[in-house]
Amino acid sequence: MSTDISTAEMPEAAVAPPPAPAPGKRGPQGHRRLLTRRDRFTLSLMAGVPTILHVALVWVTALASVALAFTTWDGIGFDSIKWVGLQNFRELFTQNPQFWPAVQHNIIWFVVLILIPTPLGLFLAVQLDKKIRFSRVYQTAFFLPVVVSMACIGFVWQLVYNPDTGLINSLIGANKPGHYIDWIGDPHLNLWAILIAASWRHTGYMMILYLAGLKGVDPSLREASSLDGANEWQTFKNVIFPTLRPTNTIVLVVTIIESLRAFDLVYVFNGGAQGTELLSILVTDNIIGESSRIGYGSAIAVVLLLISLVVIIPYLVSTFRKERRA
Amino acid sequence: MHDLSPSGLSVPGPSRRTLLRGIGGAAALGGAIPLLSACGGSSAASDPKTLTLGSNASDAVPKKAFADIYAAFKKQSGITVDVNTKDHNTFQEQINSYLQGTPDDVFNWFAGYRMQFFAGKKLATPIDDVWKTIEGNFPDAMKALSKGEDGKYYFVPLYTYPWAIFYRKSVFKKYGYEVPTTWAQFIALCKQMKKDNLVPIAFGDKDEWPALGTFDQINFRTNGYDFHVELMAGKASWTDKRTRAAFDNWAEILPYHQDGAVGRTWQDAAQTLVSKKAGMYLLGMFVGQQFTNAADREDLDFFPFPEIDPSYGQDTVEAPTDGFMLSKAPKNHAGAVKLLEYLGTPAAEQIYLKSDPNVVAASTKADTSSYSAMQKKGYDLISGAKNLTQYMDRDSRPDFTSTVMQPALQKFVRDPKGIDSLLSSIERQKKTIFASS
Repeated sequence: MSTDISTAEMPEAAVAPPPAPAPGKRGPQGHRRLLTRRDRFTLSLMAGVPTILHVALVWVTALASVALAFTTWDGIGFDSIKWVGLQNFRELFTQNPQFWPAVQHNIIWFVVLILIPTPLGLFLAVQLDKKIRFSRVYQTAFFLPVVVSMACIGFVWQLVYNPDTGLINSLIGANKPGHYIDWIGDPHLNLWAILIAASWRHTGYMMILYLAGLKGVDPSLREASSLDGANEWQTFKNVIFPTLRPTNTIVLVVTIIESLRAFDLVYVFNGGAQGTELLSILVTDNIIGESSRIGYGSAIAVVLLLISLVVIIPYLVSTFRKERRA
Repeated sequence: MHDLSPSGLSVPGPSRRTLLRGIGGAAALGGAIPLLSACGGSSAASDPKTLTLGSNASDAVPKKAFADIYAAFKKQSGITVDVNTKDHNTFQEQINSYLQGTPDDVFNWFAGYRMQFFAGKKLATPIDDVWKTIEGNFPDAMKALSKGEDGKYYFVPLYTYPWAIFYRKSVFKKYGYEVPTTWAQFIALCKQMKKDNLVPIAFGDKDEWPALGTFDQINFRTNGYDFHVELMAGKASWTDKRTRAAFDNWAEILPYHQDGAVGRTWQDAAQTLVSKKAGMYLLGMFVGQQFTNAADREDLDFFPFPEIDPSYGQDTVEAPTDGFMLSKAPKNHAGAVKLLEYLGTPAAEQIYLKSDPNVVAASTKADTSSYSAMQKKGYDLISGAKNLTQYMDRDSRPDFTSTVMQPALQKFVRDPKGIDSLLSSIERQKKTIFASS
């Protein structure tokens, strides 16, 4: 869609060309050579400081946590770091009762987000794209949850799900002994309860992405398909949806990232207890505290990193390939 | 995270854990920086007339109560206490990097294993000299709680509060219930309450720590204090038949607990006791915070957890104790010793209790005349106890209790039948954690 915008702006640019450089003075080519020492200093500072910060805060810490994954460390003094090889991973894969459920829940998170809120967001976007009345109002209403932080969403939905005093149980009378629905505590229910809250937010996010994609669809395509006698569904399926391909890629990547970094909502909701374990929460539980298991927590973080890489690397490879072709 | 609320001093909302975890995360990131700067040892020439104190008393009531103590100390000694207050939970999350960096001279902390852990890591200074002066003010159980594993004193206790079974006098009177002292009476009472359409035992384990307290009570009643301590220290086995017996006892009374405990906070569970829908509630004395109406508060009473094995009777009481420690290299050692000696006096405790009536004094010499009926009873329970325990996550490694025991006990509460595989899983994880350092 970015190319569409630039072509749309082209005629305008042709109408009002930028003022030509005054002859005799610095031509555009002279600029590079004429960088003063101060310019160069400023530039290197502007590029250097962020680079140093980035390397120190992203790369060094990431590599350090990979290294720490092969040690045990309680976080007190560097001399208490002990090399244990693959011990942490062995323990993680065989003994930790929360690890495999956590992996599973991260996957469920992704599958649900891609199957429910994503098509729903696309549907809403298509409806809103028809320039119906109050379109802006609907757009705002559906997008609002995206603006609110996940932690706040967690608090709000907790009020809805609270088994004793929450909205649902109070309405349907499921807060009495005998027929009691424990939305937060029951491991068969709580993940789904949280996923409803997560989907509620994700739908708006997807809607905005698709809406932006739809704005970029050339109206003449629609005209052509209606002249050919295609009905609305056929137009969408055969004409509109294929042009949304770049948007679909973004949606896929965003959803994968959302499902891997899922944390705050669950943390507020029930702290990742029975039924809602997530990898990010296991990392936090092990690393933060008075006497922490930094090596073990790092090992979980490394697993999370590997999963992310498996997903991100193919995406980057294909993106770079496309750029090179273009 | 887990263990904050047993201290009962902060009134935790549902948000507490989360928000603080976030802050804690930032702290963990920053943790490495004070670690490095610690090597420099910025020991500026210190003023003998001031000393610094790191405080976790961020809530209004304890904050004022402590400030009153320091003011009285200044009047007496001329030394100013410069208090550096941090949010209660943040203080706890950051304690690791805080003690390794440039900590204040004196800091607030908890008795038991958590004190011993930092003493063992040489992040605290022994204070045997202080105890020579204040020894006479404390019962033996408190002395034992203040010692590190090396037998030296590291801790000055200030206040404590018992865990017990709380109930409403009016409810017991209405139905003609008697306070149970034995296991059989207790179960009979639970059955009767169920018949009377009450929830026998209110229960909420959403914050994951309340179940630890229930296990503590059942375990030391079933197996005695010594076994409980060994189990907490990682020495006794979780697959031992004695541990199993404790869980069997728990499974026996689980049906009388409130439904859906894992999804309920302790505050919501306490509300069922306030509204007289529940008959009993096992918790710390801070449950009184939920009784905002003065008449309801008067109506609240408690009894110690009933006897299970007659050879242990009711001789052990769970009483988490808060107090002070001396950091590893205090700038004003002499002043800090003076302050700690002052904090160990009955006078200091009385100043505290005047402003914060939710706890009882650690010293047996403190004047109890202004105590409420509940405080008096709590005080008698503690001073009459043969053994005091702290609380599972203060008596054992916090990394073990938070990453293994909290989820495990939630699982047990939901599904008591899977106990055997659960216990062997706990034991396997315990071995690796306790072996690590």
